[in-house]
Amino acid sequence: MTADRSLRAPAGAGSARRILRGLVLLPLFGLLAGCNLVVMQPSGDIAVQQRNLVLASTGLMLLIIIPVIVLTLLFAWRYRASNTAARHDPDWDHSTALEVVIWTAPLLIIIALGALTWISTHTLDPFRPLSRIEPGKPVAAEVKPLEVQVVALDWKWLFFYPEYNVATVNELVAPVNRPIAFKLTASSVMNAFYVPALAGMIYAMPGMQTQLHAVINKPGEYDGLASQYSGSGFSRMTFKFHGLEGDGFDQWVAKVKQQGSDLTREAYLQLERPSERVPVTYYSSFSDGLFDKIVGMCAVPGKMCMHEMMAIDAKGGAGKESHGNAERLQYDNRHTERGDEAPGATTPASHRAPKSEAPDADKTHEGSGQGHAAPDQTNN
Amino acid sequence: MFANTDLQHLLFGRLTLEDIPFHEPILQVTFAGVAIGGIAVLAAITYFRFWGPLWRDWLTSVDHKKIGIMYVVLALVMLLRGFADALLMRSQQAIAFGANEGYLPPHHYDQIFTAHGVIMIFFVAMPFVTGLMNYVVPLQIGARDVAFPFLNNFSFWMTVSGAVTVMISLFIGEFARTGWLAYPPLSGADMSPGVGVDYYIWGLQIAGIGTTLSGINLIATIVKMRAPGMSMMKLPIFTWTSLCTNVLIVAAFPILGAVLALLTLDRYVGTHFFTNDLGGNPMMYFNLIWIWGHPEVYILILPAFGVFSEVTSAFCGKRLFGYTSMVYATIVITILSYLVWLHHFFTMGSGASVNSFFGITTMIISIPTGAKIFNWLFTMYRGRIRFDVPMLWTVSFMVTFVIGGMTGVLLAVPPADFVLHNSLFLIAHFHNVIIGGVLFGMFAGVNYWFPKAFGFKLDPFWGKVSFWFWTIGFYVAFMPLYVLGLMGVTRRAQHFDDPSLQIWFVIAAIGAGLIALGIGAMIVQFAVSIKNREALRDVTGDPWEGRTLEWSTSSPPPDYNFAFTPVVHNLDAWWEMKSRGFQRPLQGYKPIHMPKNTATGVILGVISIAFSFAMIWYIWWLAALTFVATLVVAIGHTFNYNRDFYIPADTVSRTEQQRTRALAAVRA
Repeated sequence: MTADRSLRAPAGAGSARRILRGLVLLPLFGLLAGCNLVVMQPSGDIAVQQRNLVLASTGLMLLIIIPVIVLTLLFAWRYRASNTAARHDPDWDHSTALEVVIWTAPLLIIIALGALTWISTHTLDPFRPLSRIEPGKPVAAEVKPLEVQVVALDWKWLFFYPEYNVATVNELVAPVNRPIAFKLTASSVMNAFYVPALAGMIYAMPGMQTQLHAVINKPGEYDGLASQYSGSGFSRMTFKFHGLEGDGFDQWVAKVKQQGSDLTREAYLQLERPSERVPVTYYSSFSDGLFDKIVGMCAVPGKMCMHEMMAIDAKGGAGKESHGNAERLQYDNRHTERGDEAPGATTPASHRAPKSEAPDADKTHEGSGQGHAAPDQTNN
Repeated sequence: MFANTDLQHLLFGRLTLEDIPFHEPILQVTFAGVAIGGIAVLAAITYFRFWGPLWRDWLTSVDHKKIGIMYVVLALVMLLRGFADALLMRSQQAIAFGANEGYLPPHHYDQIFTAHGVIMIFFVAMPFVTGLMNYVVPLQIGARDVAFPFLNNFSFWMTVSGAVTVMISLFIGEFARTGWLAYPPLSGADMSPGVGVDYYIWGLQIAGIGTTLSGINLIATIVKMRAPGMSMMKLPIFTWTSLCTNVLIVAAFPILGAVLALLTLDRYVGTHFFTNDLGGNPMMYFNLIWIWGHPEVYILILPAFGVFSEVTSAFCGKRLFGYTSMVYATIVITILSYLVWLHHFFTMGSGASVNSFFGITTMIISIPTGAKIFNWLFTMYRGRIRFDVPMLWTVSFMVTFVIGGMTGVLLAVPPADFVLHNSLFLIAHFHNVIIGGVLFGMFAGVNYWFPKAFGFKLDPFWGKVSFWFWTIGFYVAFMPLYVLGLMGVTRRAQHFDDPSLQIWFVIAAIGAGLIALGIGAMIVQFAVSIKNREALRDVTGDPWEGRTLEWSTSSPPPDYNFAFTPVVHNLDAWWEMKSRGFQRPLQGYKPIHMPKNTATGVILGVISIAFSFAMIWYIWWLAALTFVATLVVAIGHTFNYNRDFYIPADTVSRTEQQRTRALAAVRA
């Protein structure tokens, strides 16, 4: 666009520079056209509203940013020392009218932006159930959102579909135009769940549960990622999110049922050990209440669940007897005790194999129920 | 090594020969480079017989000017280290796509981005800012030194100790692999059992002590030691921003100290403030670290704003527009900077009302900041602008910073932040304000006050070369990151699957290369200026037609700064003195009371390094010994009554006569 216009500009010293600038910018625009600005072209209604908010806020601010940049360059040029024609007024340092303007102009923009912020933050609160599928299409009263329970593990994603009693690793699937209600937690360190095409990110935190409500409007395969650094396997903690149309979702559930194995508590404890590049894994069923146990950090047998501890605390604590609970309340040492590599372990202690080595090929993933745990690391 | 491992354990804690990373080729080369460079420097000092002057005039000096210069030297040296990290990251991210793993495995890459952040904030930006404040503030207010000269020296050596501690991690053990704020539970003892986080904790804790004390010192200086007649509303604007920055330091750094101390307890004695275990709560750490962390960015930017105000006014030959509103804008920013910390984690799931509150308070900060930009703009209006290097940096800052400010306000809208948080868009934003704001400000300040500190200007040609490489390099390096952020790319990734992203990382790497040329040009600028110092000499002490008191004395200023304490009648005190035909008094000198140099600061600094090293490696006997030694030396110093001396009137008279002759020679 810019390049075309600059080529048509009348000849002259200024236009020569403009042409030059156009030529420099041309490949950049080509690049921009070629790449997928997913945050600017999302496929889910929540992300679309967030995109609109980004554009509206930017537009509001450009009202003041552009004049400032233009005036800066203009004044810098006009009042250069060599331009003796320009007026020099060395003692001019105050103008009440101007002061009022320079404080009021940003103030007005911030009032507008603040109002926009207050409203949009409440309507787009990730904890708030959806009220619409698309602009002008409210959620029908009888539609029940698809509940997905998400666990950020070291370094893969586990998804439970309680309504269908199936679970998956590193693959998230949802039908288009059906609200999705995510409940999220993490097994060891903080993480963030982010599918840019679907909705903004939200933290997944150990011992806690956060929520995210979203809907996907267009069928397709989208990227999902971990967006809070969580240790050495972090870069490879990605997954694909599929939006399926028609009865695609039901067929997919049937496929998981057929190909998957049972995610028992033992299988989960094997799965949650640190590992990377875990292939997509299906579970046709899972141990009852497993997600709640993960949220409560009591998936390991014998550990006390968070809600038990909080119930004790709410009654004023267990007094001296609580000493007996100390062991049951220690969760984080399981990696070190088992000899797994902790997320930030010392270099000499881990002797981590280079990432270029392909993951073990002999371990089958689908149907094995084993997930894909990394070989034990020795601590020395 | 030792047959008896218990003895080894007792003597060396958890330190073994394996902890020295011989197996890392990158570190071997670095180590060889550092060793060769270090030997060259030591040889040069010996060859030029500089050891004596170095020790007497610099390391043990309590002169605020020398300490200020040493802070800036520290910042420049650490800039090279921090920038080397940046080049490593940029080149790794430019090649690590698909099957290509790049050349940095995660355990190395993760240390590099952590070290880059820590070093650039704590050991580049902070010493730069502190150094400029140290050098300029006493001169601007007509004082002979800071309020507590020894404390100043001690603060400096604490900062150096922190920097050295962090640097040691390069060659012994490893640095943290947690990101620059070391969020638990990742930084807890169970998840990060190595020494990396301990290097982080002790390096920052010790440097933080220095920063806090230096903040107290400068507040006392500004409040108590202004020249007669200099009321608060006649304070030069850089001194005003320094005052606000130091208020922020004194209020914020103790929080950093406390949160690091709590993390230390978690890691060393098994408490559970921030663990998942036993009811600990990592979210508390996020809050506490950002209650320090957000004021920290204003600690960095306010003095830069001050520099720009001084530079704009001086190089436009015009009084600063809207001084009063500038002062109130600074104060408002100071206060508001405490009410915005939660915007660093909108995505943690606070309620909508909490998120909106912090989003809106953040936006409100842009009002006084916008007013400041307009004030500089209208200072330029009807000015007569000389585009010397400091002014070039200022114009570049004004254009660059408003872009960074705009993306910052965008990130303050919580639902917009949900799609941009932790992305490369965020990285582009804060580099946009920290490079375009803080660093450009510091470079403007160095070019502006260098002739004051050394008596000759910096070479303008190489200054301009450096300026253009930095400015263009900045845009080439960081605009692609904005684009990548909009493509949903997150920060701190060591490897990418999507090959279509690669071109943007390659462009960013080219930008980093341009910035490297900018840094190179800056080094050449220093070398060329020293070589041509006679041609660049400024005898007047006022090379830029300055307006504030620091330009009224000689360059470099005598040890006592001012033979007679100036009396202030006007905001632009020196400008007013000049316009009224001020004549230097040529007689009536009195002996001047001055503080004496002391080695205590250096000694405490060295002991602190040993202490932190001992704590990091669990060498308990050494830790106990050095801890006691610190107390003994510090208490011992309080019994040193031989702390001050008088510069005799004769000496003052001789120094001033020299200046009189020099000035007469210039006029002739």
